[in-house]
Amino acid sequence: MSMIFDVPLAVLSGQLLIGVINGAFYALLSLGLAVIFGLLKIINFAHGAMYMLGAMATVILFDVLGVNYWVALLLAPLLVGVVGVIIEYFLLRRIAGQDHIYSLLLTFGIALLIQGVLTNIYGVSGMRYSMPDLFKGGMNLGFMFLPYYRAWVIVIALLVCFGTWFMIEKTKLGAYLRAGTEDAQLMQGFGINVPLLVSLTYGFGVMLAAFAGVLAAPIYSVTPVMGSHILITVFAVVVIGGMGSIGGAIITGILMGVIEGLTKTFYPPASSAVIFLVMVVVLMFRPAGLFGKEA
Amino acid sequence: MTMMKKLLTTAVASAMMASGAQAAISNDTVKIGYLADMSGTYRDLAGPNGLKAMEMAIADFGGKVNGAKIEVVSADDRNSADVASSTVRRWVENEDVDLVAGLVASSVSIAVSDILEENDKLGIISGSAASSITNEHCTPNHIHYVYDTYPLANGTASAVVKEGGKTWYILTADYAFGHALEGDVSRVVEENGGEVIGTLRHPFPTPDFSSFILQAQASGADVVALANAGADTTNAINTASEFGVTQSGQTLAALLLFLTDVNALGVEAAQGIQLTTGWYWDMNDDTREWSDRFMEETGVRPTMVHAGVYSSTMQYLKAVEATGSDDAQTVRKQMMDTPINDMFATNGQIREDGRMVHDMYLAEVKTPDESENEWDLYKILRTIPADEAYRPLSESKCPLVTSK
Repeated sequence: MSMIFDVPLAVLSGQLLIGVINGAFYALLSLGLAVIFGLLKIINFAHGAMYMLGAMATVILFDVLGVNYWVALLLAPLLVGVVGVIIEYFLLRRIAGQDHIYSLLLTFGIALLIQGVLTNIYGVSGMRYSMPDLFKGGMNLGFMFLPYYRAWVIVIALLVCFGTWFMIEKTKLGAYLRAGTEDAQLMQGFGINVPLLVSLTYGFGVMLAAFAGVLAAPIYSVTPVMGSHILITVFAVVVIGGMGSIGGAIITGILMGVIEGLTKTFYPPASSAVIFLVMVVVLMFRPAGLFGKEA
Repeated sequence: MTMMKKLLTTAVASAMMASGAQAAISNDTVKIGYLADMSGTYRDLAGPNGLKAMEMAIADFGGKVNGAKIEVVSADDRNSADVASSTVRRWVENEDVDLVAGLVASSVSIAVSDILEENDKLGIISGSAASSITNEHCTPNHIHYVYDTYPLANGTASAVVKEGGKTWYILTADYAFGHALEGDVSRVVEENGGEVIGTLRHPFPTPDFSSFILQAQASGADVVALANAGADTTNAINTASEFGVTQSGQTLAALLLFLTDVNALGVEAAQGIQLTTGWYWDMNDDTREWSDRFMEETGVRPTMVHAGVYSSTMQYLKAVEATGSDDAQTVRKQMMDTPINDMFATNGQIREDGRMVHDMYLAEVKTPDESENEWDLYKILRTIPADEAYRPLSESKCPLVTSK
């Protein structure tokens, strides 16, 4: 068997594929952050909590109402989206136009609040959610065993990512959005309801996080603290991609998944730090991030 | 010089008088501080429900000891040795706390026991795993009650090797507790004729184990062992089940698994896993009776830590009652002299290094067919006698033992 740095090629291919799958998760999460920052200039520290809410909603909807996975895939993000709109309408709107630090602190506070309340009710051990029957098992690719569910994750996550990119960058609605955040007054003059647009954009951004949460529910431990672990990594991804760059967030997400996967193969103890190392290097040479525009 | 001598003599004399006066309950109150992770990773295995267990013990004892009232204070240590140290310092130096109990993260327990030794107060550790707590970190001021890494490795690893799991691949949480467990397991595997063919140290915490599970699969080892705890373990088990580790003929061995973890995983994902535990709620009438009461209070079944908090609080209060004192050394000696026989342990014995030794149990998680409800989780395969389970005193590095 051919070897690369003492690692058999077959094992390496498996790790690369796993990296792409995890990268798809990062892409989905960082995309939501990039949409919210790019269009609204809000640093959304509640993003991890929204991801967690998506996963918890999936489990709770199933336990209480028997809602299945497919319905939850639509319903849970919608519910969390409504929570997002409420947060925007009652809280974030009041600090619009202030320094970024205010939105950071406010959303961080909201995240702690949600996390604390749910911890009190549900504990931290994790909630059970079984895999939909359709996805049980997997296929043997020769170099690795690929569970069907992971294959599904990569397909659906990439579809949603590129759909979002297309909508914001290539459609009329996206053009309104970008214009509305560029010059709100002018757009108001054209008869566009900008405050509504802002609420919906925030709602949409957190829906993406919640969608990632639903995808995570069958494979990761669903707990009130699951979002806090992943939030900082996702922020690093967004910074590397260039704050606010939609396409950058997607590509960087996948790239970082692969880099992390390779680190997990060659030197596992560094795998939680490698993304931050990349961030430092990127910021040294390109302060606006890989795909960001220099201010 | 003589002046100095006089001063010293007076100081010593008054110190002696002070300690003589302690042969009674100070302030006519026995004050217990319950310190644990109340909101983080280790919340469910001890946490607020551990406090409930302690309150149950005090209520069962009658709420008073020798006419003195029993008071409880509690705090969240947030798994931080710093937070824990400042809390305990305030408790023992300013608030007359006599006993600190609970104590989960090993780093917290080690930091707290140093402060207790400085102030000559007592600590009872129920949640921590590190066996070093009563080995190189032993003090005359604390007791380690429920379990430690030594029997965890002894019980699970030796059983799995004897069943034919000769080659091992260990996934280790990359911090002190994981390293200790990895060391204990490697020793037991090799002593029983097995071989560790690979170890992998993963960051703490790791949300996604797929990459590590894939490497463990590629290693071709008979056994994939998890030397980690809490969410890391449950995540790893979930991923292993998703990637078909056991279906492809490898055995999964979780070295530290609490009832709350298994409950969260469910029998579907966790079935067949062997683990070592200090106690299980469904062992006999005594354990069931107490667990039913606990469940009425909390809504969940107790872990071994919850049961240990109850039992150790009882044991402590009985010792205070018998000696009429809340002085740390007097009470500790009395606790050592009295064998523990209750719903938690049979002939449990507190040794001079502070280790409470009692029978441990090798358990296997039931299959979905065997399990009748969400808490009907373990089959007890074997009782590991106390003297076989724990590190023998002859191997101890504890100065309280070696200086004799």
